[in-house]
Amino acid sequence: MNSTSRLNTESLDLAYPGTDLIVSDLSLRVADGRITVLCGPNACGKSTLLRALARLLKPRRGAVRLDGQEIAALPTKEVATRLGLLPQSPSAPEGITVEDLVARGRFPHQRLLRQWGEEDENAVESALGMTHTQALRDRPVDELSGGQRQRVWIAMALAQETDILLLDEPTTYLDLAHRVDVLELLAELNESRSRTIVMVLHELNEACRYAHRIVAMREGRVEAEGPPSEVVTADLVRTVFDLDTVVIPDPVASTPLVIPEGGRLRRNTRGRPGGSGAGVDADRAARQASTER
Amino acid sequence: MRSDIAGGGPRSGRRPRWIPVRPARFPVSTRVRVRTLVLTIAASAAALVTMTWSLTLGSHELSPAEVARTLVGAPAEPGHAFIVNSVRLPRALTAALVGAALAVSGAVLQALVRNPLASPDVIGVNSGAGLVVVFTLVTALPAAVVPVGAFVGATVTAFVVYALTWRSGVSGTRLVLVGIGVNAVASALTTLLIVRYPVDRVSLAVWWQAGTLHGAEWADVTVLLVGAAVLLPVVLWFTRHAAVLQFGDDAARALGVRAEQARTALLVASAGFAALAVAAAGPIGFVALISPHIARMLAGPLTGGVLLFAAGIGACMLSAADLVARHAFPIALPVGVLTAAVGAPYFLFLLARTNRAR
Repeated sequence: MNSTSRLNTESLDLAYPGTDLIVSDLSLRVADGRITVLCGPNACGKSTLLRALARLLKPRRGAVRLDGQEIAALPTKEVATRLGLLPQSPSAPEGITVEDLVARGRFPHQRLLRQWGEEDENAVESALGMTHTQALRDRPVDELSGGQRQRVWIAMALAQETDILLLDEPTTYLDLAHRVDVLELLAELNESRSRTIVMVLHELNEACRYAHRIVAMREGRVEAEGPPSEVVTADLVRTVFDLDTVVIPDPVASTPLVIPEGGRLRRNTRGRPGGSGAGVDADRAARQASTER
Repeated sequence: MRSDIAGGGPRSGRRPRWIPVRPARFPVSTRVRVRTLVLTIAASAAALVTMTWSLTLGSHELSPAEVARTLVGAPAEPGHAFIVNSVRLPRALTAALVGAALAVSGAVLQALVRNPLASPDVIGVNSGAGLVVVFTLVTALPAAVVPVGAFVGATVTAFVVYALTWRSGVSGTRLVLVGIGVNAVASALTTLLIVRYPVDRVSLAVWWQAGTLHGAEWADVTVLLVGAAVLLPVVLWFTRHAAVLQFGDDAARALGVRAEQARTALLVASAGFAALAVAAAGPIGFVALISPHIARMLAGPLTGGVLLFAAGIGACMLSAADLVARHAFPIALPVGVLTAAVGAPYFLFLLARTNRAR
């Protein structure tokens, strides 16, 4: 790998107090200016890894390095100006307005006497602009739809103005349209501002579509790492998820498209490809895939 | 979209809701929410009116003009100076300051544990302070010990409640339940002290226990002002942390908050304000619960401005309560009795509403 990496780990062992190792001996270089997606089955350690990257979890062994320095040795506020994290389900105080919530993302930049400089105002405006949430600025966050709310939280993280942004399952609990919406937004941010993005995603096909690099994890180890088109194969999915699949090129983006094979479905569809029942079958396949997960 | 990014000042065609404050000569910047500012001024004005009114009332009634003349140092009759400056003014100021201190204590605590039912009186902080104060009263320790004892009692109780609630995080509901238990223990110990000591020493403690502003003097005002001058900057600084802590620990730490440190500071400051109030006026209930609640309903979640607004409401509320308790009934009641009578139903209403929301 010849790309640069400001954020990387070295033989990382991770565990919560009193638990066995969740991640062991993990070394990873997060490519700058790229979208990296961590994926794998439940409890494979991907969210734990993300928390360690954000300095929320102290490694039992090894180190997370940010700009060459061990992240555990850096002051919290210092880290917060370079690296932002959006947890899976942050809670909004009752009655808070969109603008107020986004403005709180300026916390690491504020000082005792300098609490609301022009740069703070500009950062908030720019974050609202990038996420297309200006029109919502005076609305209470509790009243927004799930998709709007997620945009607002992303705006909050953007107001923090960090080059590196970590997101834990930013699309969970959203319907299909809003998931695409959020992922398109993140891709746009990555493209226009060359922000480094690391996120945990559950949906493998979304990961293939939007990631520059995929990190496939299983039982606390990296099984494969690289561009989706090189890494994601039926063999890998079988190793990581214990699931038989067919991997074909996505007809829209020509990234890998992973289609679970499920026994019953195969019998039903054999011999009539593209038949009128295909939609129903695909639906069933998706349902099956989600129960497998 | 681009044009919006460029826009620095208030957008055209939109009434500004926040006013940036950036004096050119000083390296200082902040912003003020118009709504919160207006509300805070209104609450403070209401508190001042109530206080002035209370200065006119008493065994010797004065007109507002007579009160005003006395306050500026030109009393119409020599006796007015004593009535206003030595008797009524310290009491009015103590009422306002105690109300404000209780409101700040409650506002900080409610934001900290993210539960609208939390307040220093509900979770036993006031009782803890009260226990120590009653001890100093029945053992006839010097009066100067009272504020210190109240602070120690309040802080220790706050940490006991917090520690007993802690299970890799603090749930607001569990904190309220644990607090109610600790409150009962502290009250029981206070009762024990009262029955163990001779009546002549105990009577003052019993009277004080009800929560009263009777006998408030300038020394009380001084202690309250000095305490507030020390604690308020701490609270205002950490209010910013509290505002972010409400997102949850992970989000707050990712924004650069040292969560445990901020929580400890906020808890101590909240207990400190409760202790100031208890030392001056005894355990007065429900002001700390209700004032922040009203502030939140009208002005939104906690910020420095909302905190000051809550303080204004608390000042107004306790001034009014003391006025009513003294003059609306055939006998003067301790103000704590009145706030309890009004506050308890409100607490039950809140409790019912919170449970329905779950």
